[in-house]
Amino acid sequence: MDIIIVGSGRVGRTIADHLNLEGHSITVIDEDAHALEKLPDTQNIMTIEGNGATLSTLKEANVSDCDLLIAVTATDELNLYTCLIAKNAGVKRTIARVRNPQYTKDLPFVKDDLKLSLAINPELICAKELTRMLKFPGVESMTTFARGHIDLIKIKVEKGCVLANKKVVQSSHILKDGIRICVVERQGECFIPNGDFVIEEGDYISFIAPSKAAAKLLKSLGIVSNRGRTVMLLGGSRIAHYLAMDLCDAGIDVKIIDNDKERCLELSEALDNALIIYGDAMDQDLLLSEGIEHCSAVVALMNTDEENLVSSLYAKQVNPKAKVITEIGNLKISSVFENLPLETMINPKKITGENIMRYVKAMHNSRDSEFETVHPIANGKAEALEFRVRKDNLATGIALSGLDLKDDLQIACITRQGKMIIPKGSDSIEIGDTVIVVTKRKGLSDLEDILR
Amino acid sequence: MNKRLIFYILGWVLVIEGLCMQLSTIVGLIYKESSFKYFLFIGLAIIVIGALLVIKKPKNPTMQLKDGFASTTLSWIVLSLAGCLPLFFSKAIPSFIDAFFETVSGFTTTGSTILTDIESLDKCMLFWRSFSHFLGGMGVVVFLLAIIPKLGGNNSINLMKAESTGPSVGKSMPKLRTYAALLYAIYVGFTAIEFVLLLLGGMNVFDALTTAFATAGTGGFSTYNASIGHFESTYLQTVVAVFMMLFGVNFYIYILILTRKFKQILKSEELFIYLGIVVGATLAIAVNLLSYYDTFKEALHQSFFYVTSILSSTGFAITDTNPWPAFSVVLILILTCIGACAGSTGGGFKVSRIIILCKEIKKEFMLIVHPRNIYTVKTDGKKVSHEVARSVSVYLTIYVFIIVITTVLISFNGFDFTTNFTSVLATLNNTGPGFSMVGSAGNYSEFSTFSKIVFCFNMLAGRLELYPLLLIFIPQAWKKN
Repeated sequence: MDIIIVGSGRVGRTIADHLNLEGHSITVIDEDAHALEKLPDTQNIMTIEGNGATLSTLKEANVSDCDLLIAVTATDELNLYTCLIAKNAGVKRTIARVRNPQYTKDLPFVKDDLKLSLAINPELICAKELTRMLKFPGVESMTTFARGHIDLIKIKVEKGCVLANKKVVQSSHILKDGIRICVVERQGECFIPNGDFVIEEGDYISFIAPSKAAAKLLKSLGIVSNRGRTVMLLGGSRIAHYLAMDLCDAGIDVKIIDNDKERCLELSEALDNALIIYGDAMDQDLLLSEGIEHCSAVVALMNTDEENLVSSLYAKQVNPKAKVITEIGNLKISSVFENLPLETMINPKKITGENIMRYVKAMHNSRDSEFETVHPIANGKAEALEFRVRKDNLATGIALSGLDLKDDLQIACITRQGKMIIPKGSDSIEIGDTVIVVTKRKGLSDLEDILR
Repeated sequence: MNKRLIFYILGWVLVIEGLCMQLSTIVGLIYKESSFKYFLFIGLAIIVIGALLVIKKPKNPTMQLKDGFASTTLSWIVLSLAGCLPLFFSKAIPSFIDAFFETVSGFTTTGSTILTDIESLDKCMLFWRSFSHFLGGMGVVVFLLAIIPKLGGNNSINLMKAESTGPSVGKSMPKLRTYAALLYAIYVGFTAIEFVLLLLGGMNVFDALTTAFATAGTGGFSTYNASIGHFESTYLQTVVAVFMMLFGVNFYIYILILTRKFKQILKSEELFIYLGIVVGATLAIAVNLLSYYDTFKEALHQSFFYVTSILSSTGFAITDTNPWPAFSVVLILILTCIGACAGSTGGGFKVSRIIILCKEIKKEFMLIVHPRNIYTVKTDGKKVSHEVARSVSVYLTIYVFIIVITTVLISFNGFDFTTNFTSVLATLNNTGPGFSMVGSAGNYSEFSTFSKIVFCFNMLAGRLELYPLLLIFIPQAWKKN
């Protein structure tokens, strides 16, 4: 595919590198010649020095023949504007990086008007990833859809679990609020259950649910209890901000330590329930007085890898039981960390890159279709596909009970104007919906493929 | 101080007051009372004096905060001085200081009276007493802002700051004049509704009008010796109680209702805490009063009426509360101090200040546990700035100082402690009745002239929320620049 990347910052360069390795042809636009020089020197990357938000520069990059434009300059507004111009100039799809939390919140309102295919917020994605690791310690794995509003969670049915040895319909009092079991794994086999399916002890079940309902369900199943858990965040970055919001919502106590007073004030204004400490997170006495020994998790999110590493190592030393997560930004020396006693590292740029890559892959696999993303379930034996319905087709406008669906396939969830619907037989798929389909079949690339 | 500008504003205040007096003239004419002439001539004289001050517009229309404070304070003093003249000259109240006390009590919406037999006064005099509550409730300067364009130049918000109640003044509209007019429209609208409901309950036009005025300003002057107890109707008493509660609510809430911003109303901590106090105190006192009344319903009725009357700082009475049990008495005194919501017509310390102080207390303790904690105090989901928080703390200090000092000054009379202490609380919080001699069935006539001056100071300080009144005693404020 032909892809334009506007903005040759660190994320821009990472994406360019990855896409280049995948064999796409890349054009990178930046006003700063120095930034362009830092790009890996290969034949497949073309660089243009200029303002990517102007038509003349975009035309120089042959925008009308391109499949995708990714705007990752430092400013949100510029990214959105660039995408709008490029879309009008004829590019097929656009991706913008939008980091301002207030803009992110409002994006569903204007996404269609801006003709934006995807808006990504690296810090938000990163925070969601961290939330996933911290929020539900008893969960096997967790994926999110629909900008993090819908979770796909895999848990093990333990002995004595209320769901065990019952048909799915018999547990409807627990599986309310839009919770649906979509995949059951049993001894290496994988099932898409209907209402008569009997869940047994030792099964792994994956269910789909709105985030809040999921948290409730996990609590009612006795899988997690966040009561009394404290998570300490070292550094008050944007990731810390998003993460604290999610963790507070989940009832976890959050402590944030940052050594910038202005930032502390901002955070204390924005976060009602988190405890904000103004001080140096590299100060041993401060960490001890704030109880680093008794935290259930410590996340190091400071500006430099060195600070994060040292503080994480210290946390592990004084509190070996805690889950310690370290943010690492500099890819090049990552191999050095492998021998350190730190179990979890996250790399925001890598995560951003992966998200864009996943989107590009899905796009590449199914050009011009409505297919958005794919998430593998049960080690790839099944997958959850996200479709966005753009135009009328054979599956739209008809009550689901009237659709002749293929076997081993379930319409798990429909999102309409930001609201999640767990579809019943009387619901139907409409234009503008996002539909999540769970299936064991491979090779579905279009919504109509779900029909027999 | 911009003295020319202050005189200009005082001129307008006099003109408005003179015009308002003509309402009493009309009442006097309707009831064929000869005392109407005092209102007619004194009113006209005031209008002339005011007009002389207004003719020349000030050269420099810039209003600093201190000018706003000073002109508001002086307006209120001038308003009271001029307003007591008809009462004094007509010999309705023969002593000048008594007439002044009565008028200050009226404009500050306190409702304390020195009259022993209210019913002996002419109707036009009674009307003027009640109308002073109405004018003072929302504030005469706010009224000027609503009707006179460009009063106080570009910084007229400084005038509003002095007269509005509560720790911080925010206007929800770009144009201050529209905002002031809207506040008055809501105020008049509610008064009209209450007037109609009272008429429907069988009150005559005069009683309904004066009662509605006194409720609207959260004043408490009644035209009868037995106050609202004169009307032996549960319906009428309940209507008054409900409206006392409503006038104690921040008027901004009503603007939000009018503009259909219901979500923002749900965020108002002050509103819900205010209503919570009403419900909690009503139930507590009702249970405490069970032995005094035959049925729980009657105890509840008495309790609800007093809780709304005291919390909103109105001070209407339906019975003598002196024999009530100590628990109820103490609760009522606490309610006296709490007072109504910010931005209402009520007095007292204000619920919003108490909320801020409680949160500051929490912040202080958080700092002891986590010395490097950064904690933002928020009310209604919005940050409380350090300046507002500090100002509220200082407000509390001044408030306590005034209570202590004036209690000492009042105690020279040789009355019992309850009288001294509760009379100070009742005047500083603009409530009206206290306990013992100044109880709901008593009055302030026995106090010495000096005590009455102290009470006048308390009432003005309470209505203007301390800072504006005290500012005129600060010499630096009067220096140029």
